[in-house]
Amino acid sequence: MAENLKTQDIIKAENLVYSKTPVLTDNVMHYCPGCGHGTAHRLIAEVIEEMDIQADTIGIAPVGCSVLMYNYLDIDMQQAAHGRAPAIATAVKRLMPAKYVFTYQGDGDLAAIGTAETIHACNRGENIAIFFVNNGIYGMTGGQMAPTTLPNMKSSTSPYGRDVELMGNPLKITELVAQLPGTWYVTRQAVHTPSAVRKAKKAVRRAFENQKLKKGLSLIEIVSNCNSGWKMSPVQANAWMEENMLPFYPLGDIKLEGNLLAKE
Amino acid sequence: MKEYVLMKGNEAIAEAAILAGADAYFGYPITPQSEVLEYLMAEKPHERTGMVVLQAESEVAAINMVYGGAGCGRKVFTSSSSPGISLKQEGLSYIAGAELPCLVVNVVRAGPGLGTIQTAQSDYFQSVKGGGHGDYRLIVLAPASVQEMADFVGLGFDLAFKYRNPAMILTDGALGQMMEKVMFSEQQPRMTEFPEWATTGKSPGRERNIITSLDLDSAQQEKFNLKLQAKYRKMEEEEVRYELIDCQDAEYLLVAYGTSARICQKSVQLAREKGIKVGLLRPITLFPFPKKPLKDMAPNLKGILSVEMSAGQMVEDVLLAVNGRVRVEHFGRMGGMIPSPDEITGALENIFIKGTDHG
Repeated sequence: MAENLKTQDIIKAENLVYSKTPVLTDNVMHYCPGCGHGTAHRLIAEVIEEMDIQADTIGIAPVGCSVLMYNYLDIDMQQAAHGRAPAIATAVKRLMPAKYVFTYQGDGDLAAIGTAETIHACNRGENIAIFFVNNGIYGMTGGQMAPTTLPNMKSSTSPYGRDVELMGNPLKITELVAQLPGTWYVTRQAVHTPSAVRKAKKAVRRAFENQKLKKGLSLIEIVSNCNSGWKMSPVQANAWMEENMLPFYPLGDIKLEGNLLAKE
Repeated sequence: MKEYVLMKGNEAIAEAAILAGADAYFGYPITPQSEVLEYLMAEKPHERTGMVVLQAESEVAAINMVYGGAGCGRKVFTSSSSPGISLKQEGLSYIAGAELPCLVVNVVRAGPGLGTIQTAQSDYFQSVKGGGHGDYRLIVLAPASVQEMADFVGLGFDLAFKYRNPAMILTDGALGQMMEKVMFSEQQPRMTEFPEWATTGKSPGRERNIITSLDLDSAQQEKFNLKLQAKYRKMEEEEVRYELIDCQDAEYLLVAYGTSARICQKSVQLAREKGIKVGLLRPITLFPFPKKPLKDMAPNLKGILSVEMSAGQMVEDVLLAVNGRVRVEHFGRMGGMIPSPDEITGALENIFIKGTDHG
């Protein structure tokens, strides 16, 4: 097939099957190969392009691996202090209610140091979207134990595995905020396979569209690997994630249109 | 027709903010400043001007809401009292680092720790020296009346936007709680056009706007630090404000701001009745500090008494300003105790004239 095509045929518009969305900049991402952040960024950028809301979207970047998200998305962005993104997004949305506002946060940022800001933004029902990337570890600072680190999982600050007797239990903050009346849509997704990416993109789109309804907050958790922090190859890390992370953090919708879904 | 109204200092700040065309207030209750949030909630400014008022879950959240609103180029402010201001220091450092304009009101109470709810001036260091991490400064205004509490809201916003820098009204529990006559200015319209750096949505005609304080390249970060320092030097050249009372023939000088300055005015009168030639320098801006007038006056003085309801914080800036040209001492009360005019006059006499107290 492809070997029969000449270069001038390949570059014809009708043969184009994929292109980079212009909402992503040309900056080279600093993420480790195999990390989910790049894919998650791209999904958000694609949805912004498809909804034609580039001029109407303000993003809030966290502290953590994705602190430099503003280098990669061609939209107006603010960079938050560690954990404070939902408070910043609250003000941005309240002052510019017609805009689309989202935060993008990791597990340490959202579920440890920013727990209060997360819970209260959810409980107030701010009409924003929170994209929560959970890889069970502090990636940027070198692989320390996170609030979402699994029991017995090794990290640089739980080198013999997370001992829940000593270190406490992992926090399922997504299930927790789903209980709050202010959340309208709560789901857990992943971006490690093509089918997971397609589902995650639908969730991202729904989170943006929900903002028009003014019914409350949408929180999209994306379970991701941190192959560097987990000391694995990207392929091993995805396999480990499926075997260990996903049974503890099952994928799927938790709350739809303000209604908690019954467990299967 | 404009007329005087009788109002608490805290309420005057809230009313002045609505009239100044503020876009939003984010706060958290703490004594002795809760009237700011209470007044705003009761006044329904969302109906009067469209202003947003929100009670945050913490002082930390409130200052970060201020960051978000300021990042959109809006006129936003918060208020708190000492322990709450300590919690806001992280946010203030980020706001200074991101060069965002905003107004923060500190109605000071005595510390350290939970201290007491009574008035004090012991937050001078954390207000004028930075407070949070990194090399930065706030523009610090010190009102001495309910009228100035109101007037400095508009001034604070103007200076904050002029320099893209957080401004603070550093007042105290006494001024926040006491009622005085105050006359307000006319209602200013809220802004309809926003600074070009604001995150208002990337319109097709411009580059994206980014609000951040991060620069991982040390050489670039130092360049940014130097830019900030140049901004602070410009403030020192252009924004120093102070008041001189009975200083023409003064042999001794009291230096005091806020409530202490009010008391010192009476002390000046009492001392002069005794034939002691005393004047008062009242700093209105604490940063930038009125260094030059102090330096210029020093050779003609026999002594300076810095009066502050603290263990002696502002006295360090007075000492730096006069740089050994004249003897400088501190007198103060702490823990919510307010000095009487007699006490201050007595301290001046004992330290400088009788020599019975070595300061």
